[in-house]
Formats: sequence, structure tokens, C-alpha cells
Amino acid sequence: MTPMHIVFLVVAVVTLFAAGMVVTTRRMMHSALWLILALMGVAVVFAMLDASFFAVVQVLVYIGAIAILIIFAIMLTRGVMEISGPQVNKGWWLPAVGVVVLFLGIVVGLSQWGGFDTLLPALPADANNIALFGQALTSPDSYVIPFEVASILLLAALMGAIYLGTEGRRGKK
Amino acid sequence: MSDNWLYIGMFMIISAFLPAAAITIAGILSPKKPDKIKNSIYECGMETVGETWIQFKAQYYVYALVFLVFDVETVFLYPWAMAYNQLSLYAVVEAIIFILILLGGLLYAWRKGALEWL
Amino acid sequence: MNFLSDPVPFLTDWLNGLLAGWGLSIGLVHFISYIIGGGILATAAMLLVLFLIWLERKLIGRIQDRLGPNRVGPFGLFQTLADMLKIFIKEHITPEGADRVPYELGPVLSVAAVLMVWAVLPFTRTTMGTDLSVGLLFIFAVGSIGELAVILAGWGSNNKYALLGAFRAVALLISYSIPMLIVLLVPVMLAGSLRLNDLVQAQNVWYIVLAPVPALIFFISSVAEVGRSPFDLTEAESEIVSGFNIEYSGLKFGMFYVADFLHAFTISLIFSTIFLGGWRGPAAEQIPILGFVYYLVKTSVVYFLVVLMRGTLPRLRIDQMNNLNWKFLTPFSLLSVIVFALADKILPNSLTLGRVLVLLAANALILAAMVGGMNWFSAHRRRPVVVTRRRHEIASHKDVSA
Repeated sequence: MTPMHIVFLVVAVVTLFAAGMVVTTRRMMHSALWLILALMGVAVVFAMLDASFFAVVQVLVYIGAIAILIIFAIMLTRGVMEISGPQVNKGWWLPAVGVVVLFLGIVVGLSQWGGFDTLLPALPADANNIALFGQALTSPDSYVIPFEVASILLLAALMGAIYLGTEGRRGKK
Repeated sequence: MSDNWLYIGMFMIISAFLPAAAITIAGILSPKKPDKIKNSIYECGMETVGETWIQFKAQYYVYALVFLVFDVETVFLYPWAMAYNQLSLYAVVEAIIFILILLGGLLYAWRKGALEWL
Repeated sequence: MNFLSDPVPFLTDWLNGLLAGWGLSIGLVHFISYIIGGGILATAAMLLVLFLIWLERKLIGRIQDRLGPNRVGPFGLFQTLADMLKIFIKEHITPEGADRVPYELGPVLSVAAVLMVWAVLPFTRTTMGTDLSVGLLFIFAVGSIGELAVILAGWGSNNKYALLGAFRAVALLISYSIPMLIVLLVPVMLAGSLRLNDLVQAQNVWYIVLAPVPALIFFISSVAEVGRSPFDLTEAESEIVSGFNIEYSGLKFGMFYVADFLHAFTISLIFSTIFLGGWRGPAAEQIPILGFVYYLVKTSVVYFLVVLMRGTLPRLRIDQMNNLNWKFLTPFSLLSVIVFALADKILPNSLTLGRVLVLLAANALILAAMVGGMNWFSAHRRRPVVVTRRRHEIASHKDVSA
């Protein structure tokens, strides 16, 4: 077991535990805080894979923007301070059995897939990768159309969010 | 894992450890006399009535959303900026179209009054 | 390299040699030297804060035509030490019903977020914590952890006003991140890399000369991010009862204070790295320790500017701060990126002087647009109509509105 294996195991366990706590904890705000821990775990996994740009963007966008957005959205609900009762309903064992069976099926199916043994060609040292990524984003025979469509998608999201967010004011006018 | 991230990980642990150690030492050195009045919540000298819940303005949510859109836009632009010196004018014009579309979004938000602090 | 011109790599190599000589594996040797190096850097940063607090109090005192601390020690140098000793032994009063984990984590994460920036700053050509390939974005990712610390502190205090103050603070922090991130595209375009050491080494001409308007926008946004005057609405004592750190006492409050001062110095470091050429200067390539001296001098100039802004400008209101950000800084940062991208591509940049002049002209254009925008805005703003009663009308109790 190399140290990297140990670090990965620790990070994976922490991330999965945090993800489990997101859905089972009783206070909504704690749910958001556990989500932040899970996102941080994903960022650490990206860093371990040497995808530096994505690790940093994960923290910057997910934790710096999306998690804060989720916390603000939680604060808009009235029940944020209350303990919202037990988090499981009465017949919880039936879906649990279904989930475990499905999971075992996936594990058995994947264990027979040969793709885990083929090594992908290693990327060159990641100094240049982001520049290549940038060139790919804007070159005509590569990803420029998704690039522009992404900007239109962001514009649509912005307009939709403003429409929903200024509803109270429009109603008064 | 490259050495860089190992250093960052170590530094993260050290930089979280230092203030935590200082606060723990201060916690040991300081007196502990919990008192009901001392521990009550500060509210300009009056007693707290009702539970801690505030009227949360929807304006905060709109700011966070506009911030999110611009943050994602900026993340798209950083690889382009890194490759800038090798790009042709055509690629630069494409990225400028990207920025202009989002500038249009900002103008829309401005005109709709979404950026006013109410 | 010898010890005098390049102390840190010399010492590092000596330590590595010593540890390898004891028979440890290479990975472990590097690990131990990382821990020691990181520990020294973090401790130096924390101890620097003691000096910075004294410096700021002296400067603010002089700006306000008074002496500042001068009793404790020569020139009052030990004043901060005395204050720290006092804060160490103050009681930690925990408010009832406080959520323990966020409450305790708030100050720790606040300081940690600022300290982590020091890991990627290039102090000399050969000395830096680590030369991360995405160093510039790393600084802002760590800043978002600082914003999180504010939310944790406000939430963990179980206090309405702390929560309200925390949300206002975070709304401001995230708003001012946007011009900062957008305007930093310009140095990245000019240098072609996100590594901070590459940014410094690409500055044959300082970027503040090539890109003064982005430097200005970055400076204003950074000062707002730190939460300093004139943007210190979220933590001033007279505003919203001192904001999110109201339920903190003792060293936990002291940690927020430390984070504030360290953050102000850190943004001066970042500004002088990106725009003022960092450690570059005459003979800094051959004698790296000179680079450190140049870096300190540049950072001190910027820090002095930050303190000067604090001492002279009045505080902005929250709606003024939001207007400044969304209606002024963000559109102009986007505009400056567009103008730069076009200017640097259209005209050939083989001649250095020609390129400098072209970019300066582009900046002058943006600056003219900014000043024009400000004039238009203040001319078209609705002014409140003031009705004044003339003295004889008041004396004769006449009704003015008739």
C-alpha cells in the first residue's frame, strides 16, 4: 500500500460519509455544510489525479459559488432553524434491499469488464495542458460551438434566475 | 501525485493547525466562568424574543446567482487567456462574442433592477 | 550557490543531504523538508502580523495627526505583544445554543484561508513555497474558503445580527470577486501562464505600465475583498453591531483580527507580484536575495497605499458598494478584457516600445470611458428635492406649500 493509496482511501471514506450525512442529517444547514465537505473531497481527488486546473475550479465554482447559493436558498425557507423530524419513512427497508441488489449487480458486471486493465496514455506534464485546452475551446474544428452555446446557456440561466428572483417586485408594479 | 499538491496539502494542515493550537492554548490559559447572563445572545442589551430567524431578502439569492453565472463564465475564459499568445484573431473574436453575450446579460440584469440593493 | 546570495535553497539542500545521509528514503526526505519549510513560512507569516498591527497603528496615528502607540517599548514596538498577551488570557464566552463545530471552525478557517496564499507566492527567483501550475486561480479558490469561514462564523453564533452581518459580508465578498477574476485575465493573456513565477519572469515591463486600468480595478476589488475602509461596512463597530464576529471573544476574535491584517498584507503581496514585477529588479537574477528585498519594498509601498486609503476615505454605504461593483467595475473589467484582447492581437507586438504605447493608448481609452461613465451617472442621478422655507415665511408662520 503506497501512501497514495492510503490518502485516497481516507479521502474516499470522508467524501462518502459526508455525502451520506447530507441526506440523513436533521438540520438543513448542517446538510449544506456536509455537502461542502463532500465537494472538498472531490477536489482533493482531482488534485491527486494531477488535474490541477479542475481541482482549483472545483473549489472556486462549487464551494465558492454553488455551495453559497445553496446556503442562501436554504435561508429563504422558513424551516431552516427547525429540526425537521426523522429522515427516513416507514417502509425504508424495501428500497434499501433494492439498492443493495442493484449495487451488487453493478459490481459483478463491472468486475468482468476488461477496461480497468488497459492503461490510457499518460498526459504530458500539465504545464501546457490548460493552454491546449484553451486552444481546443476556440478552434473552429474543435469545441467552439459548444463554447458559444455555453455562453447562451449561461445567459438563459441568468435571465431565468432574474425573472424568478424579482417576482415580488414585478407583482407590485 | 505531484510534489506541488503534496506541499499544498501539508501547508493546509499546518495553516489550520497553527490558529487551532493558538486558540487551544488560549482556551487553557483563560478563566472559565460561564454565567447565564454572560452567555446569552447579544441583542443591543435586550432579551432575545422568539427563535433566531430573520427575514431573509431574496436579493441575496439574486446576487449569488449573478455571481455564479459570471464565475462560470470566467472559468471558461481562463484557458482561452492562457492560450492567447498562440491563438489567431478568429479565436479571439469568438471569445469576445462570448464576453459580449454575457455583458448583454449584465445589462439585462441592470435594466430589470436585479442589481439594486433593496 | 553560496549561502549569502541564495540562503533558502542552500539550506534546503544542506538539510536534504543531512537527512539522506541518515538513511531515509528520498520521498520521506522531501516530505520532512516540506513540513519544516511550510511550518517556517506559516509561523513567519503569523509573527509578521504583530509587526503589521504596530505599523498600521503608527501610520493611522500619523495620518490623524497624533503619535500612535509609543509607550510600550521603544517607539511602542511591544504594544502588539502586550495586546496579544491580553487577548490570550481573556475568557472564551460561548453563546448559548451556539452550533459548536461551525462556531469553532470560523476563526480557524479564516486565518487558514489567508495563510494558504503564502504557499504559492514567489519570494525570489528560486524561493517559493511551491510553483503550482495554477497558482493564480489557487489564490482565489482559497479566498472562497475564507468566504465560507464568514458564513460559518455567522451561523455558529446563533445570533440574528451575526447571521445578517455574515450574509451581507458574503454578498459583498462574492460580488467583488467578479471584477477581480475578470481583470486578472489580462496579465494571464500577457504572460500566457497561470504560474506566479512565470508571471513575474514575463514582466520585462511591469504590468502596471502595460495594464494600468486592470491594475486599478484589481486594487479596488482587493481592498473591498479584505473588508477594509472604505469598504469595511461589514465589520465596523457602528454598523450592524459589528457584524458576524460579535459573539466571539478572546483569541477567537483575535484570530479574525489577525486574518484581517494578514489579508491586507497578502493582497499587497499579490498585487506587487502580478502588477509590479514581484522580485524583479536590477541584479535580482544573479543574486536572488536581492529579489526578496525588492519584493518587500514594492509590497510596503502598496501596503502603505492601502493604509492611506483606510485613514483618509469615509465609509461607503452598502448600496453604494453594490452599485460601484456591478455597474462600474464589472462592465469596465469586461470591456478592458475585450479592448486588450483586440489591441494586442491586431497590432504587431514585436517592438517592445511600440507595444507599450499601443497598450497604454488602449488603457487611456478605457479610462476615458470610465470617467465619462462616472460623469454621466452623477449628472443623471435623481437628486432629492429640498424645500427650504425663507426666513420671513417662517417668522410669519406662513404655509410654504400654499
